Amino acid sequence: MSLMQELGQRALDRGVPISVQMDVTYRCNERCIHCYLDHDDHGEMTTAEIRGILDQLAEAGVFFLTFSGGEVFMRMDFFDILEYARSLMFCVKVKTNAFMVRASEAQRLRDLAIQDVQVSIYSHRPEVHDAITLLPGSLKRSVAGIRLLREHGVKVVIANVLMMQNLGDSAGVKALAKDLGAEYTIDPTVTPMMDGDREILKLGLGVPQLKDVFRNPDMVGDTDEFCEPPPPVTDDVMDELPCSAGHTACYISPYADVFPCVQFPLPSGNLRQQKFLDVWQHSDQLNDVRTIKARNLPVCSGCNHVGTCTRCPGLAYMEGNMRGPSTQDCEKSFARTGIPSANMLRKQKAATTRGLVQIAAFSPA
Amino acid sequence: MSAVYIARATTVAARALDGEMMIMSAKDSTLFTLNPVGTAIWQAADGKTPLADIVQQKICAQFDVEPAEALQDAENFVGNLANHGILLVSDEPIAVVKPPAGASQ
Repeated sequence: MSLMQELGQRALDRGVPISVQMDVTYRCNERCIHCYLDHDDHGEMTTAEIRGILDQLAEAGVFFLTFSGGEVFMRMDFFDILEYARSLMFCVKVKTNAFMVRASEAQRLRDLAIQDVQVSIYSHRPEVHDAITLLPGSLKRSVAGIRLLREHGVKVVIANVLMMQNLGDSAGVKALAKDLGAEYTIDPTVTPMMDGDREILKLGLGVPQLKDVFRNPDMVGDTDEFCEPPPPVTDDVMDELPCSAGHTACYISPYADVFPCVQFPLPSGNLRQQKFLDVWQHSDQLNDVRTIKARNLPVCSGCNHVGTCTRCPGLAYMEGNMRGPSTQDCEKSFARTGIPSANMLRKQKAATTRGLVQIAAFSPA
Repeated sequence: MSAVYIARATTVAARALDGEMMIMSAKDSTLFTLNPVGTAIWQAADGKTPLADIVQQKICAQFDVEPAEALQDAENFVGNLANHGILLVSDEPIAVVKPPAGASQ
């Protein structure tokens, strides 16, 4: 067990929220076609409110703190927030499109010893990247921002969200990351809108494209290992927790709402009405999330993939049931191994089986 | 022998978990954990209190250990953390520009 895993286990055993993502704004200068957010400001937390919450997070034992958005630099007080967070000795990560990062911002991020800055780059080609962000010139500015961050010694991670629009460009983005001295990571998941609208999912990769990604050693490393069939399911697997959401991690929106995770929009409390620890320890919703184990998943507990699937309870929640399957993850398991999930087989069966009650149209004689 | 002063580096992240300090170095993203003795030294590293006094007041008073042995161990420990850029060490008091508000949490 690595030191990080050991810490995670200790935090879990003690009910400590070791990791929090706080979105400081949903406003953004870009309008990415796959974005799940409403960018209007419906009453963001003030600087003082955020400071108060950061105090509470430190007291609760939060160590890893990610600031994201929207675009964090849309807030004029973002560096005030960062400085305060660092004075509380959080391990701070920042997600930004780097469009507004100039030399002075890069220097301040360096001085504040920010752990890393994550920037989404969709393509190495401006015509593709800018068509996704809907902001002309955005690739040029983002790359310039990354270059400045690297020149100032700030660690940068380039996140490459894979969609139908940019599927062929991942090698180019990876090469760009190498050229910039940045780390590179892929994310093949497009998330439904926070309000449940699933229209943007059509932008995501289908099974044939996922198969190509998962069989590309440049993307996943050892493809044989990555795509191997799931091992037999053991009792230990059935007692496993789905992920850290609600257990050692949670998400705070710009409006002080608490959710189990940024990808799990189950309202669990609001920090304008309650203290963070009250929500963390006593929220009915978080406590409900904490009861989810593989064993009590109605469909997935009977699936061969249950031990290796990336099933996201948040995506399942947005599909209608946080204990149900997440179809996007079923598709990933299938694309990886060629073995359909229990959920896929169930749907297939339902599609080919006639219901008990039939309606037939009769033509007049 | 001259006094040794120690101060927490402001470039690290730190938080106590169950009485033990987790420390992340921003320089190389290395994660450290300190045992309760190391944690006590870390929390007392204010740049003003000599290491020998910290050992006497925080270590010998709380842990069953010989003073000379404790000081020797503490000097090795401090040197080790200084090599990782986690602690600042000097033979003069260290002015901490901005005391980290959450350092002892």
